[in-house]
Amino acid sequence: MQFFLEVLIGGLLSGVMYSLVALGFVLIFKASGVFNFAQGALVFLAALTTVGLMERGAPGWITGLIAVILLALAFFAVKPRKGAVAARPDWRKAAVLGGIAVASLFIIGKPLPFWVAVAVTLVFMVGVGVATERIVLRPLVNQPPITLFMATIGLTFFLEGLAQAMWGANVRGLDIGIPDEPIPWLMERYDIQVSSFDLAGAGIAAVLVAALALFFNKTRIGRALRAVADDHQAALAVGIPLKQIWAIVWAAAGFVALVAGLLWGARNGVQFALTFVALKALPVLILGGFESIAGAIVGGLIIGASEKLAEVYIGPMVGGGIESWFAYVVALLFLLVRPEGLFGEKHIDRV
Amino acid sequence: MLYREAGQFRTSYAEDQQIFPIRQDRIAITAFLLVAFIAVPLVANEYWLKAILIPFLIFSLAALGLNILTGYAGQLSLGTAGFMAVGAFAAYNFELRLEWMPILLSWILGGLAAALVGILFGLPSLRIKGFYLAVATLAAQFFIVWALTKFPWFSNYSSSGVITAGKIEILGYVFDSPIEKYLLVLTIVVLMALAAKNMVRSETGRAWMAVRDMDVAAEVVGIRMMHTKLLAFAVSSFYCGVAGALYAYAYIGTVEPEGFNLDLSFRILFMIIIGGVGSILGSFLGAAFIILFPIFLNAYADPFAHALGIDLPPGMTSNLELMIFGALIIFFLAVEPHGLARLWQIAKEKLRLWPFPH
Amino acid sequence: MTAQRQTGEPVLVVKDVSLSFGGVRALSNVSFDVREHEIRAIIGPNGAGKSSMLNVINGVYHPQVGTVTYRGVSRHRVNPHDAAAQGIARTFQNIALFKGMTVLDNIMTGRNLKTRTSFVEQAIWIGRARREELEQRRKVEEVIDFLEIQHVRKTPVGRLPYGLQKRVELARALAAEPSLLLLDEPMAGMNIEEKQDMCRFILDVNEQFGTTIVLIEHDMGVVMDLSDRVVVLDYGKMLADGTPDEVRANQAVIDAYLGVKH
Repeated sequence: MQFFLEVLIGGLLSGVMYSLVALGFVLIFKASGVFNFAQGALVFLAALTTVGLMERGAPGWITGLIAVILLALAFFAVKPRKGAVAARPDWRKAAVLGGIAVASLFIIGKPLPFWVAVAVTLVFMVGVGVATERIVLRPLVNQPPITLFMATIGLTFFLEGLAQAMWGANVRGLDIGIPDEPIPWLMERYDIQVSSFDLAGAGIAAVLVAALALFFNKTRIGRALRAVADDHQAALAVGIPLKQIWAIVWAAAGFVALVAGLLWGARNGVQFALTFVALKALPVLILGGFESIAGAIVGGLIIGASEKLAEVYIGPMVGGGIESWFAYVVALLFLLVRPEGLFGEKHIDRV
Repeated sequence: MLYREAGQFRTSYAEDQQIFPIRQDRIAITAFLLVAFIAVPLVANEYWLKAILIPFLIFSLAALGLNILTGYAGQLSLGTAGFMAVGAFAAYNFELRLEWMPILLSWILGGLAAALVGILFGLPSLRIKGFYLAVATLAAQFFIVWALTKFPWFSNYSSSGVITAGKIEILGYVFDSPIEKYLLVLTIVVLMALAAKNMVRSETGRAWMAVRDMDVAAEVVGIRMMHTKLLAFAVSSFYCGVAGALYAYAYIGTVEPEGFNLDLSFRILFMIIIGGVGSILGSFLGAAFIILFPIFLNAYADPFAHALGIDLPPGMTSNLELMIFGALIIFFLAVEPHGLARLWQIAKEKLRLWPFPH
Repeated sequence: MTAQRQTGEPVLVVKDVSLSFGGVRALSNVSFDVREHEIRAIIGPNGAGKSSMLNVINGVYHPQVGTVTYRGVSRHRVNPHDAAAQGIARTFQNIALFKGMTVLDNIMTGRNLKTRTSFVEQAIWIGRARREELEQRRKVEEVIDFLEIQHVRKTPVGRLPYGLQKRVELARALAAEPSLLLLDEPMAGMNIEEKQDMCRFILDVNEQFGTTIVLIEHDMGVVMDLSDRVVVLDYGKMLADGTPDEVRANQAVIDAYLGVKH
């Protein structure tokens, strides 16, 4: 019984971490209907960037390149090209972009302390998110969803290549200051081993989810986002700035990826395999439905728990290692019964 | 002038329904086949045959299989490599366990085994579409590789599931030089490509495309959804299975299940995106591109960087490869969703008028 | 124009059909019949359930209550494939052509039920499959000639103007040599000239092939000219059923179309 509980709790806690990755998918799917396969690559990129910054600071040539691009963008914000519709110079935008560009030059080659590295990575991830929206998705607007999906597979390859080009491919450890050992009082009282790291990770994930839920339910931007999710055209018609909303969502996805990357990276080491962890979010989404934050959480818990239990109780019968595919098969069977997911809405095809 | 159809009148439906109705196309195809069957074996060296031409043909066949499913029937699959693995391991086991089994038959049976697995994992397609289905095929990919690794029977109890393909012997004749293997693979690929072309231009292919373009309307004109979708999965997996068997027997020789991983599935998907979704020719163009590009990059990236005064760190070319592939995929999807095949078609349209465009 | 046609026995009988989606009642207690060789119109304001009725007849929707009987075969749940196999073909309100295919291929799909060869024979091509394909092509060319769309045969349907697309859709339905043809607003969005052409085609189909036709149309002039009998639906209920003249004089119909003073 104790053993069962231990496995169950371990599974649930790792399930929360799956939810965290799934959350990134849900955010983007809700706002733009894009199934962003590259969420895993974003997680990988975020973790690797933090670790890399802590180790040896920003790499010279890429940072230089980014700074030049930012300065160019700042320049065009102040001095719009001929024939542009909005001809007013946008000094605030220029100042922000220019500031980031100049600041980035100061961190080249200097190892950064943890929190600074996280902050810099956050700015970088937001930039990546916004750039993705601008360069990849906007040219593909109005394409069938499956085309967008394939484009994000392309994006996955690009980001994985970029991450390793910037920081190299070796496995690195990441210490975020939370010990990974059994919690003493649980050990003494109930003789159950639960890692304090898992618990803290779950806590962080829960806070993040609650914050996002509040943000999207209570703020003006959140309302706009839900309007966009419901109907792009109608949202545009009532004057919601679609492009800004998408940029915000991609930035938020970058942020979620960073948190997930830090937690997963600290747990399993920062390495290429992180991208596979992110793939686990797919069955989570199928269970929970693609459009529901609550679904992402419940789905994550179910997948996490059932996968660990299956590994422990069914695994030995078939030679182990079933963790690699069990989640997918659960999702697959679930699809046959309830294709719209636990929390998804049923769509009726009109003829 | 070169590619002018004017004056070629097709006076019967039979003539209009030929596989290549335009004379220049017939000439070009004949010339191409003559080069492939006669000139290439005469001039190509062993490196070209072994490292480029044979894998090119095999991957073309796999891409063709995926294109039937994704390009024609509109069902996205991320499990292509898994189906190839089924073909390779099934063919190996038929050869191993049945002494009398002729090699060609075991390849066909390998393809049929893949087709069965394909039908099994295609069943969800009756209820789900798009990326939901993609996740289902992802399940196939992971499950197949895991099963082949975990159950040692499949690999005849070798360590970590590695199998070593036997020699290719047909009617007492052993195909062991690269030229012989090349010709054998070429023959199989040409025949299967012709069969695919025939299928997509007849009732079968029209049903696939109808399901792809609008499934409700397809049902209303009487197309059976289940039959059509599962047939697409079966035929597609058959092609992938045969490609997998050839991959083991005529190309690598020694394979392990992990060799058929998700990355390979993605690469084959990239072949059809770059080559042309829904085009037989595109499968070949895409395979050529994905095979040749890394070779090209490996050969020229370093010297080029040197010329610019930069030293590329080790492993950088493979990262560059990932980035360039990714960027190309996005580029093609955004700018030319029908890939290289469409560019070729546009070139032909221009040639119809050239040099008198008015 | 009306009432010169020789109509026969009822071939299609719709009895007490009710259909709802969740809480929304699309059809309630609808009953009518269609005679052999007849042109039968279904009219009614937007949202009256006309398209739903056609969808019930050819099995896209399954009514909760009621039966549809076609040529003696009574069905409660039918799928579109069975309906097609029984000789029911249709066109859609919002054109439902296969966008990635040429006009010729689109029309050829209409003949899929007439195909006997297996995919293996088709892959090999030589022999039976080739002969069959040519035979299908010959039949399809007859339809193409009939609807005067020879010039766009090899064009991808997406590139055609709206009116021609509607005609291609009709061609696809005709290629199946249907005994019952369901037309959902065949003339919507057309100019006068295109409408006249379409009217002529519908009458020709009815006359030359003896096809029974059920059509939904908003243009009252067209409905009155073409149809033998008219069913009027409003909010999923039957308002009236009769010849065009009877329906035109029916007070309930006038109220539904023009509104009533309360």
